[in-house]
Amino acid sequence: MKPFAYLRPDSLTHASQLTEEPSAIPIAGGTNLLDLMKLQVETPESLIDVNKLSLSEIGDEGEGLRIGALATNTATAAHPRVRSDYPVLARAILAGATQQLRNKATTAGNLCQRTRCYYFTNIDQPCNKREPGSGCGALDGIARLHAILGASSQCIATYPGDMAVAMAALGAEVEIMNAGGETTRVPLEDFHRLPGDTPEKDNILESGDIITGVILPAPVKGVQLYRKVRERSSYAFALCSVAAIVNMEEGRIGDIALAFGGLAHKPWRDKRVEEALKGTEPSLKGFDEAAEILLEDAQGYGENDFKIPLTRRTLKAVLCEATGMDT
Amino acid sequence: MAQDYTPVPAAKENMGQPIARYEALQKVTGAKIYADDLPVPGRPAYAWMVTSGIAKGRITSIDDSAALAVPGVQMVMTHENRPPLGDAKTFSSGGLAITELAPLAGPEVHHDGQPVALIVADTFEAAREASFKLKIAYTEDTPTATFGSPGATQKNLKEVNPSFEPIRFNDAGAALAGSAHTIDSEYYTPIQHHNAIELFSTTAYWDGPRLVLHEPSQFVWGLKNAAAEQLQTDSETVRIKSPFVGGAFGSKAAMTHRTALAAMASKQLGRPVKLVAMRDQGFTHSGHRQETRQRVRLGCDASGKLTGYDHTQWEFTARTTPYSNGGLEKTAAMYDFKAVKSDNYVVQGDRNVPTFMRSPAEVPTVYALEAAMNELAAEAGIDPVEFRKMNDTRVDPVKGVPYTSRSLNQCLDAAAERFGWSRRNPQPRSMRQGEWLIGWGCSMAMYPTQMSPSTARVTLKRNGTASIEVAAHDVGTGCYTIAAQAAGERLGIDPTRISVQMGDSRLPPGPVSGGSISTASVTSAVANACDRLNERLGLPADATADQRRAAIAAMSMPELDATGSWFPAELDQKAVDALYEGGVRIVGGSTDKRAMYAFGAEMVEVRINERTREVRVPRIVGAFAAGHIMNPRTAHSQYLGGLIWGIGSALHESTEIDHKRARYTNDNIAEYLIPVNADIGEVDIIMVPEVDDEINVLGVKGIGELANVGTPAAITDAIWHATGIRIRDLPVRIEKLL
Repeated sequence: MKPFAYLRPDSLTHASQLTEEPSAIPIAGGTNLLDLMKLQVETPESLIDVNKLSLSEIGDEGEGLRIGALATNTATAAHPRVRSDYPVLARAILAGATQQLRNKATTAGNLCQRTRCYYFTNIDQPCNKREPGSGCGALDGIARLHAILGASSQCIATYPGDMAVAMAALGAEVEIMNAGGETTRVPLEDFHRLPGDTPEKDNILESGDIITGVILPAPVKGVQLYRKVRERSSYAFALCSVAAIVNMEEGRIGDIALAFGGLAHKPWRDKRVEEALKGTEPSLKGFDEAAEILLEDAQGYGENDFKIPLTRRTLKAVLCEATGMDT
Repeated sequence: MAQDYTPVPAAKENMGQPIARYEALQKVTGAKIYADDLPVPGRPAYAWMVTSGIAKGRITSIDDSAALAVPGVQMVMTHENRPPLGDAKTFSSGGLAITELAPLAGPEVHHDGQPVALIVADTFEAAREASFKLKIAYTEDTPTATFGSPGATQKNLKEVNPSFEPIRFNDAGAALAGSAHTIDSEYYTPIQHHNAIELFSTTAYWDGPRLVLHEPSQFVWGLKNAAAEQLQTDSETVRIKSPFVGGAFGSKAAMTHRTALAAMASKQLGRPVKLVAMRDQGFTHSGHRQETRQRVRLGCDASGKLTGYDHTQWEFTARTTPYSNGGLEKTAAMYDFKAVKSDNYVVQGDRNVPTFMRSPAEVPTVYALEAAMNELAAEAGIDPVEFRKMNDTRVDPVKGVPYTSRSLNQCLDAAAERFGWSRRNPQPRSMRQGEWLIGWGCSMAMYPTQMSPSTARVTLKRNGTASIEVAAHDVGTGCYTIAAQAAGERLGIDPTRISVQMGDSRLPPGPVSGGSISTASVTSAVANACDRLNERLGLPADATADQRRAAIAAMSMPELDATGSWFPAELDQKAVDALYEGGVRIVGGSTDKRAMYAFGAEMVEVRINERTREVRVPRIVGAFAAGHIMNPRTAHSQYLGGLIWGIGSALHESTEIDHKRARYTNDNIAEYLIPVNADIGEVDIIMVPEVDDEINVLGVKGIGELANVGTPAAITDAIWHATGIRIRDLPVRIEKLL
């Protein structure tokens, strides 16, 4: 492989300075990055190992919960407050990868994991995300796993993760420290971006930015579900996934949050869908109408056309379960 | 739902002891030595195989200056500078090469992943770094990817394989025309890759004129001879070491490009060279199961008796080497057909050459036949288990030869009883639980009993121990243990007191470990060697253990050995002689004398989510009859692995190919799906006792490729039973059920 420098800063400030260098990439669990380096998809000049930073705590933050950037997926899914107050997050994490990978994978690393598009991971193929201007191989190639929402003519890749989908439904915020040492919080649903004309950028992180944690707001009432649809029962990426938080009030849908995975370049949340359902009595007709809103602008690319009806079906299944509606 | 453990199956009638394989502990603790782990004399160099990023075209220039400048890089070998090589014959020409294309033969690129350069360095990392700095420029042509792609060319199999004969048995068209019920269906089976856990590795070193190759192999005597032929050296100077094989499934039978590449590099550098094809390279390096199309027309009379059977197969293969599996003469032998017609075509494109993959011909062709049987049973309104039983046969209807033994009906009865098949409501969509639709399906499983000549040397020691030497191979099946059991039964010695050596071309030649031939062939040769030893001890065949002990104790020499050999009844001593030249002579299925097959019956329950269309398999029952079972424990493992493989074959496994670029895309085992633990529920295996005195010395039938045959037909029938939807295109995926 291409030689690289390996650095282990022991302060946030130092880590931030080091990642300001062009072609420096932070590494925590390395479950995605090392694979991509072996394939020459990622070719950092330096790896900034952030594991010495004290960012693995999970603890209360007001009525909410703060999950450190370096908390492992295993630790987060097993945390008593996650299990009792944010079960959708525990379910989403456990639906992803394998136990061994979750033991290594971290909160920040998981947010930053890259697409599984075959054209992105093969350096002999065209890919605007990997090599801007080279074209999109998936557009006229194998696109079964690809986006039906928010894609562009430059890129139809999906964000592959599960954890962030649940976090989007929970209204989480990502805490980021920039090169100047300032800390800001960004709504998770704004952290990932759509490909547009710059698909090489997966998210809003700038040079020198370090994710320090994710903050979950105070728990809300209601049923929390994560439904992930795929051929294999485990260790497979979502064809479509739904994170749902639904609170029923006297037979009607009260507060509701829905986020979708496997459909777009980011965890997908469409508040119009939630608004349409809120205050209604659960019904298949109502669920269908909500799905229509969600999928109004959906576009398939041949192989992944089926994701449109599949998403409609999955949303209905989740809403039936969450509202206790007998199918 | 799933069992917590797999109980050790008890030995039933006509079965050996269920002893654990000798190396079990070493294997599960990682202590066992495989070919790539063997020590080499001196410091090895590491090779990286650079493979083509295009599927069709021509190399126009190579600039290796930057690659050679990487510290530690020793050489860059391309078609411009590689040493001369001899021809290597492919399987169909009596050789072992996977392709007619020689390694680094020239500037033409014939398929995605074709090796175009070899970089050798002091470290693996340097070789890898240099691989990114090697500049190869191509002109690119439009490649032909698969069925339906522009440029695909179709030929009758007869044109590429003169020994192929289409079947014309009575008038199938007329028989179908006069049938009360008929079906006419077309099926598709996908590209699949073996993906054994152990990668494809070769380590080569020279000691003067002598070449030693450490390479996981299913045929060390074949590889020794084929490598010598290609490297233009005397086969007596080549030695292959392959003590254990970490999974092969057919992918380690042929000789690939890497053998000669490593050997040439080692010779040039004067030091050992290690070469490993990476996981993605494995997809284009050592073959695959080719995609097929199958058209089946099948009919029966009003009572359900089969009439005509018309089956055509199209196999997609390589332009360079039109490898084909064929196999329709075997499906034609399965039931009491009154008339059979079959044809086989190959369709060629710009692809790497396919190869054997676990039950090569049987997986696609039996799937099609059994799916058609299920469809016709439904059409005729007959229970599919009953339908098979009423069409049982004692002879191969086309060849007119008798089965040496056939226990399909016993298997169907045993599986049905265990499964509770009699409770099946024939109506589709008749069972559900919550949002899950439930369906039951069944299939026949079969595999031809194939055998090959083998030799074996058995040495008896005065202390009552013995050893066996045979260049057979343990590809994960327990072959070492079974060879010891065969000798133990014959000599009256506890098998744990018998040591076994295999996987080394210095040993007396054994058969290729393919086609499930090892147990039948090797145990027959071992038994023959034991008989010779008994003769030398002056013992009758029915001597008691005490007599034998006394005779051994009275031996004047510390040890006594005998080399035995065996060949199936259809062959003669010349076939044994051919083994020494690496020749493959396999006899099996229906010959001019007899029909030899193992059978099974599989029943499966599937659950399909009404909304999301996810398919799950909570339970599967398989009942199998395969003559004398040497070891019910290792046999159980083979059946268990086979059924799980069958589930994966139906629901998960498929290599995707980019139709425009003719390149595989999901070339890793994260995205090439095989079942994980969570996909497998209850797997129930029944070994139905069967005696076959005629087939070979110990009455053994091969079982390694039996259980995965037919499973996809059982699963697709269960899916139809659950949903009313017939899927004829594997693997079953969510989009096909929406």
